Amino acid sequence: MAKQGWDEFEIGSLLRSFDGKIDKCPAHTPQRDRSYSENNSHVASVADWRLIKPVYNKDYCIDCQFCWVYCPDVSIISRDKKMIGIDMDHCKGCGICVEVCPTNPKSLLMFPEQADEETELASWPTKDEEEE
Amino acid sequence: MSEMKKIKNLKEFSTSADRFEGANLLCPGCAHSIIVREVLNATNDDLVLASSTGCLEVCTAVYPYTSWDASWIHIGFENSSTAVAGAEAMYNALKTKGRLKQPDRTPKFVAFGGDGSSYDIGFQWISGCMERNHNMMYIVLDNEVYANTGGQRSSSTPIGASATTSPAGTISYGEQKNKKDMLGIMGAHNIPYAAQVSPNKWKDMVKKIQKGFATEGAVFINAVSPCTTEWKFDPKDTMHLADLSTDSLVFPLYEIIEGHELNITYRPKNIVPVEEYLAAQGRFKHLFKDQYKHVISEWQTRVDENWEYLQRREAARV
Repeated sequence: MAKQGWDEFEIGSLLRSFDGKIDKCPAHTPQRDRSYSENNSHVASVADWRLIKPVYNKDYCIDCQFCWVYCPDVSIISRDKKMIGIDMDHCKGCGICVEVCPTNPKSLLMFPEQADEETELASWPTKDEEEE
Repeated sequence: MSEMKKIKNLKEFSTSADRFEGANLLCPGCAHSIIVREVLNATNDDLVLASSTGCLEVCTAVYPYTSWDASWIHIGFENSSTAVAGAEAMYNALKTKGRLKQPDRTPKFVAFGGDGSSYDIGFQWISGCMERNHNMMYIVLDNEVYANTGGQRSSSTPIGASATTSPAGTISYGEQKNKKDMLGIMGAHNIPYAAQVSPNKWKDMVKKIQKGFATEGAVFINAVSPCTTEWKFDPKDTMHLADLSTDSLVFPLYEIIEGHELNITYRPKNIVPVEEYLAAQGRFKHLFKDQYKHVISEWQTRVDENWEYLQRREAARV
């Protein structure tokens, strides 16, 4: 597929999302169990779009899943009703997850792309009384 | 009929396996993909999807990638509605002839379109599909502008918005015509279900989408999609803008059943002045000059009148 030029794409051809036989609906298969084909955008990355990145602090998270539902790039990884992390290959750094995070202090904050995650987690802001 | 997916709360919703993938090329903070995810995650059934030309189509199918983990048709500017209607007709024909390989699977037919392809270019096609009452759902991702081609006005662009073909300046306050009442027009087709949704009210949205999927016949959904590029606000404020649009009643959330039964599904506790909604967006910046301030008060009157109208219609059941 990748060997073809941009103008060698025939009208009516299919872009296959998955490799192999799919006999059941993908809605019943979690992302981690799918065998993505090389044409699925899941195998690509938009990480280089990002100027700022979200950092996730597990200590304050209440697993409300607001960030999951409002993430435009399917980059919040949730398993068994728990938030477990951020998919940094697909995050574009829009910052919506930080805005919708209801905890005080927020369990997600934006930092410059080059910031060191460990350092930022160590100096996480404390509860802000005046915010509400 | 397959069983409806049970979604009681957000935690339960978050166990959904997304069928819309990341690394699509939509802008950071685009509401389109939030809406698409909420729609696709509302069901576990197979999906037959189509997109009209627009941001969603061009950004999710950039050669050699696709972001859709379901059958998806890439079609022209005007005819995603008819493409899906055709697929639905074929499905019914095969079903009648007994030629379906897996007759127990009940696919849902959904067409997406932007406001340009729905309010302007594809209008007669959608009207036809609604009139013929195909068992399908048409969803408008309404960002009030032709965002994909560089921000030209559409018939969804509201008064006072500065678009590239209706720019604001010393003699004009931007767009002169008011937005088309698309939901009213579609309701007048007497279709089984028509509703307005917003991505910030995910529960209301999922409820309406599931109701639409359970309905036999044509369903029309108008979804508010704040556009960070053309509405000119910071990408992180997408949900804030969606909140403002529903709480200021610029986009009231309601549904029309069979063309006469109107239900308002969300009544904001604190109604936000329209001024606040306008002030949050760069496309209305010029309205705050003394010269054009009258547009804001006219806008507030119009929104109040519309809210009054909806409430009266709800009470009268007409």
